[in-house]
Amino acid sequence: MTETYQDLELQLLLDAVKARYGYEFAHYARASMMRRIRKHMSAAKTDRISDLIPLFIHDEAAFAHFVKDMSVTVTEMFRDPDFFQALRKNIIPLLKTFPFIKIWHAGCATGQEAYSMAILLDEENLLDRCQIYATDFNENSLKIARSGIYPDAELPLYEDNYSKSGGYTSLENYCSRGYDSIKFNGRLSEHITFANHNLVSDGVFGEMNLVLCRNVLIYFNNELQDRVLKLLIDSLRSRGILCLGRRENIQFSESSSQLETVDRPQRIFRKKV
Amino acid sequence: MPVKEVSPVERIVVIGASAGGFSALQTIFSELGSEFNFPILVCKHLGIGDEKGLVDVLANRTGTTVMLSQDKLPMYNGCIYMAPGNYHLQVESRDMLSLSIDERVCHSRPAVDVLFESAADVFGENVTAIVLTGANSDGAAGVRAVKEAGGKVVAQSPESAEAKIMPKAAIETGCTDAILDLEGIAGYLRQP
Repeated sequence: MTETYQDLELQLLLDAVKARYGYEFAHYARASMMRRIRKHMSAAKTDRISDLIPLFIHDEAAFAHFVKDMSVTVTEMFRDPDFFQALRKNIIPLLKTFPFIKIWHAGCATGQEAYSMAILLDEENLLDRCQIYATDFNENSLKIARSGIYPDAELPLYEDNYSKSGGYTSLENYCSRGYDSIKFNGRLSEHITFANHNLVSDGVFGEMNLVLCRNVLIYFNNELQDRVLKLLIDSLRSRGILCLGRRENIQFSESSSQLETVDRPQRIFRKKV
Repeated sequence: MPVKEVSPVERIVVIGASAGGFSALQTIFSELGSEFNFPILVCKHLGIGDEKGLVDVLANRTGTTVMLSQDKLPMYNGCIYMAPGNYHLQVESRDMLSLSIDERVCHSRPAVDVLFESAADVFGENVTAIVLTGANSDGAAGVRAVKEAGGKVVAQSPESAEAKIMPKAAIETGCTDAILDLEGIAGYLRQP
């Protein structure tokens, strides 16, 4: 019986959240959002989606927890090494033709890929000419990103990815170790600006040479995907490069006509003139 | 995109498989042939590099349209969709797939539980969930969700499975409607 009213309850919950906190989740992809909502229902021991309405309205901490869960923080250094290899081989030579290079990493989560990019640029002798803007809407993730400190236990995975991506030395040369942690060198973070930016509500970043937004659009429905894809494209200079996630799909999006494919398997595109 | 007929999706079959699942899937799909009028979504635990070979072999074996899933891909009757490595495959709506990179479930991404739960959420009683060979307990939570939504659950008989733990875990939920070997499962799917 409850399932009949599920869509109505979901709608009411999202309306309540928007009215109370101003957060807009209405255009998030449904399956992933339902998974998160279920998780909260189970934690709050409630049977119905609508039971979360009073909880979220009256308990700011419970809602803050929900917001935190709604942002995906799954990332790695040199995640999808094939992608970074393609970047190194085919995109870096393009970037080298510019005197100054602006890179936007949209939805950077805890920042590992921004540091990966900085390392890659350093190895290609480009870092001094680059500014990386790494943004996310989760303040908690940004705090970790700014610190550049990650668990030591991740290092073997990170080294493996780095090596598969065509790295020149060892990641240990870019970080210091201690207290079961690794901390990336300040020289890298000097070229990275971490900032809060919400793709759903905030505007364009100007004139980027390269925009990375990997596995973020999958959390949005078609309508919002369209809108954000347009935002990403509008943030690129003419013939700028856009990188999406490995299994992301823009073929049904209106803005896709503004892009040409550079590397289909790795989802690397170029903005048309 | 090759489509046999564009009729609305009324029911859906979701399959979970892990260790030993490759050959189990080949057997089922060979037996089943290409005459089925529903989408089949498959979550087979795999690494990122393994997926292309899996899709090609299954497509050759069955003469069916077998696709590696992409985010927001339309879903058609008579096609088989495989979860890609390192992404969860989900049923987004009655005619669309979606992907996520959420946390691993039972150490797995893609995870059977995620696929089954999303299928139950969208299709309710019109879901048939099948748990094949595998060496962990992924799928057990998903099987419960499918059953609660009124769908059907089939487990591969553990004695016929290369790895027994996954079908056993599904059976131990008490939610299975049938326990069959691979030929039996193909026959079950052929029923109208």
